[in-house]
Amino acid sequence: MLPDANGYYGAYGGRFVPETLMPALAELTAAYEAVKADARFQEELAALLKDYVGRPSPLYRARNFARHCGNARVYLKREDLNHTGAHKINNTLGQALLAVRMGKSRVIAETGAGQHGVATATAAALFGLSCTVYMGEEDVARQELNVFRMHILGAEVIPVGSGSRTLKDAMNEAIRNWVATVDDTFYIIGSVAGPHPYPMMVRDFQAVIGEETRVQVLEAEGRLPDYVFACVGGGSNAMGMFKTFIPEKDVKLVAVEAGGRGLDMGEHAATLNFGRPGVLHGSHSYVLQDEHGQVAPVHSVSAGLDYPGVGPELAHLRDSGRLTSTLATDREALEAFQLVCRTEGIIPALESAHAFAGALKLADRLNPARVVVINLSGRGDKDVESVSKILRGVIA
Amino acid sequence: MSRIAAAFAEPSGEHRKTLIPFISAGDPSLKATERFVLELAEAGAGVIELGVPFSDPVADGPTIQRSTLRALAAGTTLADILALVARLRKKTEAALVLMSYYNPILQYGTDRFILDAVSVGVDGVIIPDLPLEEARVFVDRARPAGLDFIPLVAPTSTPERIRQICSIAAGFVYCVTVKGVTGSRQGLPADLDRLVGEIRKHTGLPVALGFGISTAAQARKFAHFCDGVIVGSAIVELIASAPPDEASALIGDFARELYESISTK
Repeated sequence: MLPDANGYYGAYGGRFVPETLMPALAELTAAYEAVKADARFQEELAALLKDYVGRPSPLYRARNFARHCGNARVYLKREDLNHTGAHKINNTLGQALLAVRMGKSRVIAETGAGQHGVATATAAALFGLSCTVYMGEEDVARQELNVFRMHILGAEVIPVGSGSRTLKDAMNEAIRNWVATVDDTFYIIGSVAGPHPYPMMVRDFQAVIGEETRVQVLEAEGRLPDYVFACVGGGSNAMGMFKTFIPEKDVKLVAVEAGGRGLDMGEHAATLNFGRPGVLHGSHSYVLQDEHGQVAPVHSVSAGLDYPGVGPELAHLRDSGRLTSTLATDREALEAFQLVCRTEGIIPALESAHAFAGALKLADRLNPARVVVINLSGRGDKDVESVSKILRGVIA
Repeated sequence: MSRIAAAFAEPSGEHRKTLIPFISAGDPSLKATERFVLELAEAGAGVIELGVPFSDPVADGPTIQRSTLRALAAGTTLADILALVARLRKKTEAALVLMSYYNPILQYGTDRFILDAVSVGVDGVIIPDLPLEEARVFVDRARPAGLDFIPLVAPTSTPERIRQICSIAAGFVYCVTVKGVTGSRQGLPADLDRLVGEIRKHTGLPVALGFGISTAAQARKFAHFCDGVIVGSAIVELIASAPPDEASALIGDFARELYESISTK
């Protein structure tokens, strides 16, 4: 079972952070290993996931949308129905519970679309922790609703004006703050990125998605799916969905990245497709960067995918051929968004719309005998305003 | 004796501490950096740190972040900085140390970097995001090549980590005085004595203190605990705010003031 003791998934992972944080990461790893084996912790988390989040989330057969996917047997994993509207809450409850166990009084988080920020603010409110969320200025502007939600939940939101003013820079600023506050502060990372143990811990807290899906799809179809689609920014919903299926070689795992406006550097956020191995935010993984190792600007219509790195385990799965990476452009994601709205009466998050677009692009390989699962990682209420602006031609 | 060792050597009868200024290479230009280095060496700096710009400097506060962005906007690359060191080597015997995040080195190619750095006359390297556990591969290659790997010890480092960090250190040990990023601060951290004492248990290498030292008065206080004092953000800020044709003279004056404050003849 990966990672190894040093937090490596093959060539990827590790801990590339300032020395100040290394003792904290060692302490966190030990604390996490302890609660993994602690029945009381696991029961407490399971009870919260059931009664507070509303798990298990349904696996819904999308018969109308399936007409556009070769009439395959298409199932949607409804993470959009979770409390706070996305898969992010699975992880923040786990980490916040761990923060309480470790005696920390304050949590910090980075956020892109704001879903992880909202989920962290929610968990902090529930556990009585003080909460600071770092968010790029550009994302603050395009995800205003989530900023209000965090404020209402009692969190402080710090707009980050450095660099590209998006998720990457929010994470830089959260790391800088953590270096200064590491004694009393727990950093709740929202993706399967960052230094070890985060990629492992976030994957494990999200693995409930795939574990439920396995049971549900076996119940519905009597067999495992042929394809599982998930969008990938940093990769938390994807790893949560994929983890249980990794040993099942007949299940094809498809990571759909943000193709943005085009294939030139700076126009997309498709790290697994176009990145090269490098070190960003504490781990060795694929990074979108120039020849000198400077991290590239990225673009996606979806704030949650707008990230130049990717989780190290996804990089490893891609290299080993276990995972297929593809991409959906802004346009394809917007088309899929509208199609899901109109055929199923479900407004997906723009992030999740990329997963749908990935399935649509594969339609010619699908037929009524194929079983397909799409991870509907979040709901799109947060995106309605920006989508309507785009469709009315105000921007883009 | 290496240039770094020479920079820390105390002539008999003197208790001289080593002044270690940091500047961002390429801010505002490599030509300017060349002048600044010579000026700093002239002012008494024994070791000069040249920052290699990186797009995502997580260990740095706002002053060095902005400086880094200016250097990147000017098109500064690691290869350019190595070429600058080659030019400087003909003009100064001050020890020159590169401070770089790991990714620019990784993309340049670790082996190629070590080879080129040594051949142009780089004396040591500080990599803030390459802690003990990840540094071993680099150290195993740098040491035989004669490139000093200068590790960081933090106030949070455990005694066991300090022991291991000292075992891979060369040149000097960079002791971070505060939990936090680079940039100016008031006051003196409480347990510096303990931290430096812990380092000295495990190594005879010089210990330099850095992060948050911005005035001559502070430098004097810190110098009491260690062998060298690192001043970065204050100099970088001086360069950023000075009229371009006066920056060199201003940092020279500031470096002389720092040098005097930490030297007791």
